[in-house]
This record gives sequence, C-alpha cells and structure tokens, in this order.
Amino acid sequence: MSSIEIPTSTLQPLRRSRLYWTIADALILAKRQLKQIPRIPEELVFSTIQPIMFVLLFRYVFGGAIAVTGTTYINYLMAGIFVQTIAFGSTSTGIGIAQDLQRGLIDRFRSLPMSRSAVLTGRTIADLVRNTFVVLVMIIVGLLVGFRPAGSVLGWIAGGALLLLFGFALSWLGALIGLSVRSVEAAQSAGFIWLFPLTFASSAFVQTSSMPDWLRAFADHQPLTLVINTVRELILGQPVGSEAWQALVWCLGILIVFVPLAVWAYGRRVSR
Amino acid sequence: MTHNKAAILAEGLEKRYGKTQALRGLDLVVEEGTVFGLLGPNGAGKTTAVRIFTTLLKPDAGRAQVAGFDVVRHADLLRSRIGLTGQYAAVDEYLTGRENLEMVGRLYHLSKATARRRADELLEIFDLVDAGNRTVKTYSGGMRRRLDLAASLIVSPPILFLDEPTTGLDPRGRLSMWELITQLVKEGTTVLLTTQYLEEADQLADQIAVIDQGRVIASGTSDELKVQVGGERLDVSVTQASSFDAALGALKPYSQGEAQIEAERRHIVIPVTNGARLLANIIRDLDEAGVQLEDIALRRPTLDDVFLTLTGHAAETPAAEEEHDATKKDRSAERIPA
Repeated sequence: MSSIEIPTSTLQPLRRSRLYWTIADALILAKRQLKQIPRIPEELVFSTIQPIMFVLLFRYVFGGAIAVTGTTYINYLMAGIFVQTIAFGSTSTGIGIAQDLQRGLIDRFRSLPMSRSAVLTGRTIADLVRNTFVVLVMIIVGLLVGFRPAGSVLGWIAGGALLLLFGFALSWLGALIGLSVRSVEAAQSAGFIWLFPLTFASSAFVQTSSMPDWLRAFADHQPLTLVINTVRELILGQPVGSEAWQALVWCLGILIVFVPLAVWAYGRRVSR
Repeated sequence: MTHNKAAILAEGLEKRYGKTQALRGLDLVVEEGTVFGLLGPNGAGKTTAVRIFTTLLKPDAGRAQVAGFDVVRHADLLRSRIGLTGQYAAVDEYLTGRENLEMVGRLYHLSKATARRRADELLEIFDLVDAGNRTVKTYSGGMRRRLDLAASLIVSPPILFLDEPTTGLDPRGRLSMWELITQLVKEGTTVLLTTQYLEEADQLADQIAVIDQGRVIASGTSDELKVQVGGERLDVSVTQASSFDAALGALKPYSQGEAQIEAERRHIVIPVTNGARLLANIIRDLDEAGVQLEDIALRRPTLDDVFLTLTGHAAETPAAEEEHDATKKDRSAERIPA
C-alpha cells in the first residue's frame, strides 16, 4: 500500500463567499440526486403511473358523472392533476431525507464543512426537476385523451411557474416531515396522510359549488384550490381572479415558515 | 489545566435522550498522533461521544475540544479538520465509488480538479480502482467500508473518528481495515475509534478507555488493562456435578483474579497468565483431584470478561439490562473471591 497522506497544501479548500457555497453545495447535492434518477428508473416510472391512472380514472370512469361549467371535464381536470402530481411528488423529498438519515449519509454531510441548508436545498431542487418531468408526461397524456387548453404561451409560463413554486414550497414541508419521523415508512405515510384529504376537498376533481356549505368554505380557501384554480385559469385562457395573489401568498408563506424550520431540524437531527 | 498536545479533550460530557442518560460525565484526553480506543458494549455511549466530537450533537453539559476547537462554539472551523466514518457505510448506493469521493471532495470545498485527483488517489490506495466506476450497490460490505473510510480521508484530516469501523465485516475485511488504520497512524493522524471488540482495541489502540453507561470505568494502555483484567481465560467444564468443588479447588491456585462460576452448567472460568505453559499442570492437577473434564479451553478475554472484572456485570445494552437483571444478580451472588 502506498502512502495515504499527500502534502496537505495541495488539498486546500477554495476560498469563496458564504453565499457562493450555499448555492454551490446545493447544486452539488442536486446533481447527486439527478444522477440517481436514470439509475433507479422504476422509481420514476411508478411516480408517473399513479397520476396517469388518475387521469384515466377521472376522464373515463367518474368524468361522465361530474358536471363542470365553462369547459369540458378533461380540460377542467388537468390543472387538478398537475397540482396533485406536484403535491404528491413533494412527499419524495421527505422520503429521500429519511432514507439518507437511515443510511447515515446525513451524519456524514453534517460533519463536513459544507453549507447547512445545502442538503435540503439540493434535494428540493432535484425533486422539482423530477416533478417537472412528471408534469410534462401528464400534459402529453392529457392531450392524448382530449385535453385542449386554450391558454396563451404566457399563461402557460405563468401557470407552470406557479405550479413549480408550489411544488418547491411543499417540498420544504416534506423535508421537515422527513427530518421529524423515525423511519422511511413513517416519512411515506406522514407525507401523504394530510395531502389526501386536501387534494380531494379541493377544486381538483369537482367544482366546490357541489360540496356542502361547511366543506365548501374550507375547500375554497385552502391553498390547493387556490393554486389549482389559478393554474386552470392560466392554462385554459380564462380570466384570472384575485385567487392568484392568494395562491402566491400561500406559496411564499409556506416557504417563509418551513425553510427555516427544516434547516433548524436538519441541524439537530442525527441518524438513529 | 493545559493540554497543549491533546487532539481530543472531553470534560464532564453529559447527554440525555429523553429518559436515557447516554453520557454521565465522560472525561478523556487523546494525545496527538495516537490511536485511542473507546471500548464498550452497545448503548454504552460510544456513538454519542463520537457525535459530540464531530459536531453532530451538542452536549447537555461539559465541554469538548477537538484540534483545539470547542465542538460547540467553533463547530464550523472544526469540520474541515476532522473525518468521520460511522457505523454504517455512509455512501450513496446509486453513485459510483468515484462519484461518491468526488462529491465529498467538492463538499469539503476542493476544486473540481483537486477533488477528481484526490478521488483517483484514494481509489488506488483503497484498492477500489476496478470498482471505481461501478455503483456502490454492487459493492461488498468490505468494499463499502473501505470507500466510506476513503471518503473520510479526502482532505487528510489530522483527526479521524471511526465509529465501530469493523462491525459487520468478515475476518478478512476486518484485517484489511486494521491494516489501513495502522497505516494511517504511521502518517501521523490522530484516530479515535470505538469498538465492541477487546481484540480490536488491543491491536490498534495506544490508549484504551473502557466505557460503561456513559462514563469511563477504566483506562490505560492495552497492557495496563490486561493486568487489570488478567491475561487469558481458562474455560473448564466438568462432567459430574459431584466433582465441581474439587475442580474449583484444583483451579484456585492458578486463578489470577475472581473466578466466574456457573454451577448448574458445571462451568468455571478463571483468569490466568502464561496459561499455555501451565495448561499441562492444570490438567494434571484436575486429574489428581479426580475431576473428569468435559471441556477445557484457553482463550483471550472478551469484552464480557473485561466488564465482569471491572464492573461486576456483563456487557449488556441498557434495553437488555432489565430483562436480564434477575440472571445477573444470580450470577454475581455466585461469584467468589479467588
């Protein structure tokens, strides 16, 4: 065996600003995860199959029985599917972090002189890229089964941006969940359990006017409905109401609360 | 109190997780350029101590310095001077060996070129060149551990923490890990390693601290500890219960400490020195006392023996302690002074 030590002068770290490392470290970790995607194709396949099943189920099974005003049901449905896909996809952030904890990787990262937020930022960025891909697949599936959006390019860009911002915000919430639970399985169920009622008690699949008053009061004001309605209006070329601002405020609010909380939890969490 | 040469220093460290008191005033000093073995059973507090030294956990009380930096106040500065290899190979399964090393290099803030060069060097040193471009998923346990150790050596940190570096490895993997660690120390790295194996601490460590329930119960060089716990153990099983006392009497003169007796299994363990040379005499004495032997074996002391000698109780995890409490009491009641 040759010598392990080499002159340490050649192993000097680069000197850059704190902000530089906050971004650079996050990108290094995002790259780590993006590299994994083609190496675990089944994970991407399954996260794509689920929303495809939802599209087909609602388009062909329930769609005929659900009345919507102003457009066809498939046009109405797709914004709901996009937001649901992004929201469910955000749970993978928590699951991934729970896995890293279980494998001791978080311990290693925390013992390195790297930016404290990088592990979380890297993961939320990578998950965003992955979720964007899944949404693109959903658009194609939608087009194949009769989705005919009439929105402008600008509308699509704005809708897409809001969708990604919402997904990014939820990823941070997912990250906090992943850091707070004791196992990967718990991260999985804790990530989904609150999303399920929120997705269905929203304007994703039906118009909230069909709900009983008490439920409608909730559904109309919860963030998923606000985001879904805004995205829907943008991509279908309908007039956009004040819900757009409320949706934006929700996204920013979630980020303001959960980014610091998740970073704080990361700084305290060790593998068990 | 000055410890200019102390690479690692702990004073009165305490840490509690909920109801479990993991550390109860841990003190230790590790001199620069030495290997320090923290020896103890599961749940003794070894990992907690390592986590405090590597800035992963903050102590509830007490203080710790590593490389002259306070682990709480100067955690940021400290992190570029330490390497950590945990109990599980903390490498990304879906990246290749080379990608893992390059990533860690980049996270130590080396330039891209330096990180790549360093990854190549380490793959070479750790005999992973051929596997370097395969994903870690395809690696054996020993290869993962080697990669994990390589990752902690990216910047040649002056102080290295190895938390049970050989747990779960086969004998060959263990030997090659020992060789690597020995090599590191020759290069001047200070190593703190935790282990459950007395033999491992004996092989590698200059100084050993035996830790139990969150505090150090004995410390010294391997030789000093051996004097305390006795050199070897002689295991004797007799065929007939009636000759048990005779056996005990015959063995007594050879015993260098307290004998461990399990009457119902007709089993006696005594600490001996120069056991190999005395074995013939012992067998003759037992024969003359009319004892029929079922089995006799000379072995090195295990962690369990160390614990029995030092604490009077077996090395057990806190969780297992309660259920075994009863048996433990029985056993201690049967212990007789030699």
